Amino acid sequence: MTDTVLSVRNLQVEFASRRGTLRAIDGVSLDIAKGEVLGVVGESGAGKSVTGLAVIGLIDPPGRIAGGEIHLSGMRIDNLPPEEMRRVRGKRIGMIFQDPLTSLNPLYRVGDQIVETIRTHLNLSEQAARRRAIDLLAEVGIPAPEKRIDGYPHEFSGGMRQRVVIALAICAEPELIIADEPTTALDVSVQAQIISLIKRLGRDHGTAVMLVTHDMGVIAETSDRVAVMYAGRVAEIGPVQDVVKNPLHPYAKGLMGAIPTLAGDDKRLVQIPGSMPRLSAIPRGCSFNPRCAFAFDRCRVERPEPLRQGAQSVACHLYDKAPAENAA
Amino acid sequence: MLAFTLRRAVQAIGVMFAVGIIAFSMFRFAGDPVNQIVSIDTSAAEREVVRKSLGLDDPVPVQFVRYFADAAQFKFGVSYQFRQPVSTLLMERMPATLELAICATIFAMVLGILMGVYSALKRDTMLAKLFQAVSLIGISLPTFLIGILLIYLFAVTLGWLPSFGRGEVVKLGWWTTGLLTLSGLKALIMPSITLGLFQMTLIMRLVRAEMLEVLRTDYIRFARARGLTTRAVHFGHALKNTLIPVITVAGLQFGSVIAFSIITETVFQWPGMGLLFVQAVQNVDIPIMAAYLLMVSLIFVTINLAVDILYTVVDPRLRSTVGRAA
Repeated sequence: MTDTVLSVRNLQVEFASRRGTLRAIDGVSLDIAKGEVLGVVGESGAGKSVTGLAVIGLIDPPGRIAGGEIHLSGMRIDNLPPEEMRRVRGKRIGMIFQDPLTSLNPLYRVGDQIVETIRTHLNLSEQAARRRAIDLLAEVGIPAPEKRIDGYPHEFSGGMRQRVVIALAICAEPELIIADEPTTALDVSVQAQIISLIKRLGRDHGTAVMLVTHDMGVIAETSDRVAVMYAGRVAEIGPVQDVVKNPLHPYAKGLMGAIPTLAGDDKRLVQIPGSMPRLSAIPRGCSFNPRCAFAFDRCRVERPEPLRQGAQSVACHLYDKAPAENAA
Repeated sequence: MLAFTLRRAVQAIGVMFAVGIIAFSMFRFAGDPVNQIVSIDTSAAEREVVRKSLGLDDPVPVQFVRYFADAAQFKFGVSYQFRQPVSTLLMERMPATLELAICATIFAMVLGILMGVYSALKRDTMLAKLFQAVSLIGISLPTFLIGILLIYLFAVTLGWLPSFGRGEVVKLGWWTTGLLTLSGLKALIMPSITLGLFQMTLIMRLVRAEMLEVLRTDYIRFARARGLTTRAVHFGHALKNTLIPVITVAGLQFGSVIAFSIITETVFQWPGMGLLFVQAVQNVDIPIMAAYLLMVSLIFVTINLAVDILYTVVDPRLRSTVGRAA
């Protein structure tokens, strides 16, 4: 696997709180190859965003990376000193946040913010950086970029602002883009444009993309592979077609069953009973066992480790020893 | 933008008109001005002559219009105690007060912003906690007490600084300045600190609170995710956003600095407008009191206007809303 851009191994993130240490991420492992889009789905609080923040090194105290390793193109980055990690951010990893309306500093022209970022990472003159900024704005689909570059963020619509944010994320040609719910705050019509933009940029530049979202539709449209997260762990990971069509983990099955189809069948959508446990009260054994219809004794005692099932990998005791039994 | 400025200017004139009514009514309700001027054994006929010469026998509206028209040209009548035009007296005293107020404000802004930024960025250090504790003292100790303590320490005990007055002053046209002589500068130190201490602690606490707020915003997180240097994030992005509310408060506080310089000027016998006002109150010198009221409100209104305009310079969002509304 020489073209692996991001490799996360057994990542653990903890938050110190008054009632003891909460483990938000507990043993997450995933890989993203060059040019690949990995979708990360799960309910709120499943640890999707924290995983993204951990990779880019922006976990703020009281949170900390408590264990595991993060490698970027073979270089270990989770233990870099702050100043070196800063150089990685923006240059080698670009990040896109959820809300484009608040991601840009309202007091600076968008051009100044792009030029500032370019000149932080690349050794370019003011004019060269400005030319590059105009090219970037054109690339992300902003009309009349040579005029819009002198606009302030409030003069852009939400979708246009997210394009500016994307331009900022790719301005130093990063190897990896982390997009944290990039379309959640946008209109549906704009969502599709932003998704295809991210996909196109990933393809054109061979950038690996980690797409964090709770929207299965977005994942199905964009991703090559998908990781389903639950309570700080990866429940299932695999090629998007397999996971959507043939989910293995009972939680993933529940998630896919909850996607409405346009086929018009009037069946009720499947609901997963209960809700995700709070971080302070994660059950023993498999964290999904209280909500799982297939749970048996072992699930309540022993934590399942990821098991390979063809191209997929699933953390569920059902697939231990009896692979085919429940796979339908 | 122009329409916005004009609209604000019209509002300002309205405020000044209202203050004018209050200032004028002081003459009517604070006793008979003639009694203040003449001595006890002046005859009734002579009193009438004085009354007539001052125009006090005209109907009230006529007197008001005359007073207002004069005030608009900075003519505030003649002081009862000094027998000099009030405007001359105020002009003589104004440089002293303005120099003191400006020095105090600069002291408050520079130290307040520096200490505020430091205690926001290094929240858990001993020094930041010390600043917080000191700011509590600064906010709760009354001005005159600080002034007296400073005088006791630096003038009486150590003998480093003069305890009263402006020191030697240099005349530049009608303006007198203490900034060009050593004794003038030395005389400025303690009054400036006394006058500016409250504002300094206020600004420090405000900057700290605002800065902590701004550091939590998405665009700061995004700025960090873009890999900008810590310095660029803190001083380029965070501080500029912090300064918007600080400008307002500091601007409005400049008005109060001038108004509250009365106490500081009294403690340090500083020959400014505040001291003149205190003397006027003691002697029921209504023309000075009325003129002082008008002057202070003029300063307040002007500062408010300037702050509003400055706002739009700093914040581009206001520029466009202002433009659209106009």
